[in-house]
Amino acid sequence: MENSLNKKLLVVLLLIGLGAPFVVYPVFLMQLYCFALFACAFNLLLGYTGLLSFGHAAFFGGAAYITGYLVKNAGFTPEMGILAGTLAAAAMGFVFGILTIRRQGIYFAMITLALAQVVYFVALKAPFTGGEDGLQNVPRGKLLGLVNLGRTYHLAGKSLELNLYYFVFAIFCAGFWLLYRTINSPFGQVIKAIRENEPRAVSLGYRVERIKLLAFVISAALSGTAGATKTLVFQLASLTDVSWHTSGDVVLMTLLGGLGTVAGPVMGAFTVVSLQTGLSSIGSWVTVVIGAIFVICVLLFRRGFVGELSRIIKKVFEGDLPSEDSGRIQGRQEGKQAPGPGAASG
Amino acid sequence: MAQWVLETKKLSKEFRGFLAVSQVDIRVQKGCVHALIGPNGAGKTTVFNLLTRFITPSSGAIFFNGVDITKKKPAEVALMGMVRSFQISAVFPNLTPFENVRIALQRPLGTACHFWKPLSSLDTLSDKIMELLEAVGLQQLAHRPTVELAYGRKRALEIATTLALEPEMMLLDEPTQGMGAEDVERITELVRKVAAGRTILMVEHNLKVVASLAERITVLNRGKVLAEGHYEEISRNPSVMEAYMGSENG
Ligand SMILES: Nc1ncnc2c1ncn2[C@@H]1O[C@H](COP(=O)(O)OP(=O)(O)O)[C@@H](O)[C@H]1O
Ligand SMILES: [Mg+2]
Repeated sequence: MENSLNKKLLVVLLLIGLGAPFVVYPVFLMQLYCFALFACAFNLLLGYTGLLSFGHAAFFGGAAYITGYLVKNAGFTPEMGILAGTLAAAAMGFVFGILTIRRQGIYFAMITLALAQVVYFVALKAPFTGGEDGLQNVPRGKLLGLVNLGRTYHLAGKSLELNLYYFVFAIFCAGFWLLYRTINSPFGQVIKAIRENEPRAVSLGYRVERIKLLAFVISAALSGTAGATKTLVFQLASLTDVSWHTSGDVVLMTLLGGLGTVAGPVMGAFTVVSLQTGLSSIGSWVTVVIGAIFVICVLLFRRGFVGELSRIIKKVFEGDLPSEDSGRIQGRQEGKQAPGPGAASG
Repeated sequence: MAQWVLETKKLSKEFRGFLAVSQVDIRVQKGCVHALIGPNGAGKTTVFNLLTRFITPSSGAIFFNGVDITKKKPAEVALMGMVRSFQISAVFPNLTPFENVRIALQRPLGTACHFWKPLSSLDTLSDKIMELLEAVGLQQLAHRPTVELAYGRKRALEIATTLALEPEMMLLDEPTQGMGAEDVERITELVRKVAAGRTILMVEHNLKVVASLAERITVLNRGKVLAEGHYEEISRNPSVMEAYMGSENG
């Protein structure tokens, strides 16, 4: 029953997505999709594998530059440009992953940040990135050489970039579906197991480094897809895309919406991007407002708002399940034995 | 080919000048339940970590079925058929017991990296999963979050997960620790049941459990082997009694 409910919900969302550009400014929607895909890709790593990367802007922005350059200067069609950006991000993810995947916790976060800063300086200094200006006026081009993505339709006094909108919407849906499939796959089970108890996964014979590396590469690749798509939407690849602010934003989006939930990062991205856009008149105070909302959310809903919502829905549907007989004692005993991993690390 | 499934030669581990395990020779016979006992801090868990290659020995060698595994990786050792449990309960708490067991069962399928396949590709494992959960009395709780299970049931789940790999040898680190009498009995029976057809090396504090299960016992004290033999021999050994009782009371 829950399954058919989900299917109905999905169809409704799909219809909303198809109709949305007639109601809401399409470029804003496309921006939402790009960041939502970015956050979902990031969540594969943070929420499902348990790895906190502080350098994901390197993949988002790196792909943005590569796609921008290829489309603008090498005559790539938009879909080939995005594909190239995605593959480049995957390759960068592989290199980052090789260098970081053996590290744990804060060291992992710090090294990913350091590597991302290297990418930032390359973007600043390299001859083909446009330095402080970035790559501007990237053409939107023709999809498959046929459909003009730059075309705007004029309806009721509004100009709508419908071709580009449906292209971006399709990319978002495909990326989201791929991540959903990844999470609900044999591989998805194993990364969750690693997140839950890595030494145990090792003791069951899993080569956790390879598996974590694959998760990292998938996450980087789809972050790249998001960044590449963003370049076509704004016709711009800039230093902001590779900066640590962007790395921080995606952490925020994911935590806000709910770590390790499928829809959470989408909601988180929508919230953060809406606030940034809606409050842009107050300048740098946006950061303060978002920071305050973040603090409130963390205090009120530990699981993020989607996590909290799904818990409430579950409760309503299933009734409050009493926990197993000695559930309370169990907490105490585990507290006592908590300092485990030290004994297992070499 | 040696008759020993597991054999260590002068196995030692030093932690920054502190000799936690010193010149340990343990030999475990095929098909045997072998207990490793000793006071707290004797180095039992460290020996387990060495055997399963979670930590690297300072010196000495480890042989599994005559193969030198001293330089192997922990996952490789597991693939060779020696699977351990942990002193702290080693479950995947936010997965269900069903999923916990499935993680172990799916490993031999070699689909760990198949991110494009649906979960239903694992449906063929369902019967086997339920069979294993039934063996440890968890079939009713198969789809509840594991965090909600009582402690004893988590240990049982851990054994079911380990069993799923059909390991030739199981290493159990204090499987009955922190349990009430009823759970202790249940786990004891479970270990007896799963011991059929495989070798078990277990660390255990509860001497009643040791007496009823173990065919051979190695006593460890301050990182060294103090004695080895049958339960009767061990329990008559005065230096064992002294080391064991002395620090048990202290
Ligand atoms: N990773 C480690 N670093 C430093 N000392 C350790 C480490 N692991 C264990 N020890 C020390 O080695 C000794 C043996 O510990 P352990 O093997 O856990 O004992 P047992 O399991 O027999 O109670 C203890 O004194 C402990 O403090
Ligand atoms: Mg111990």
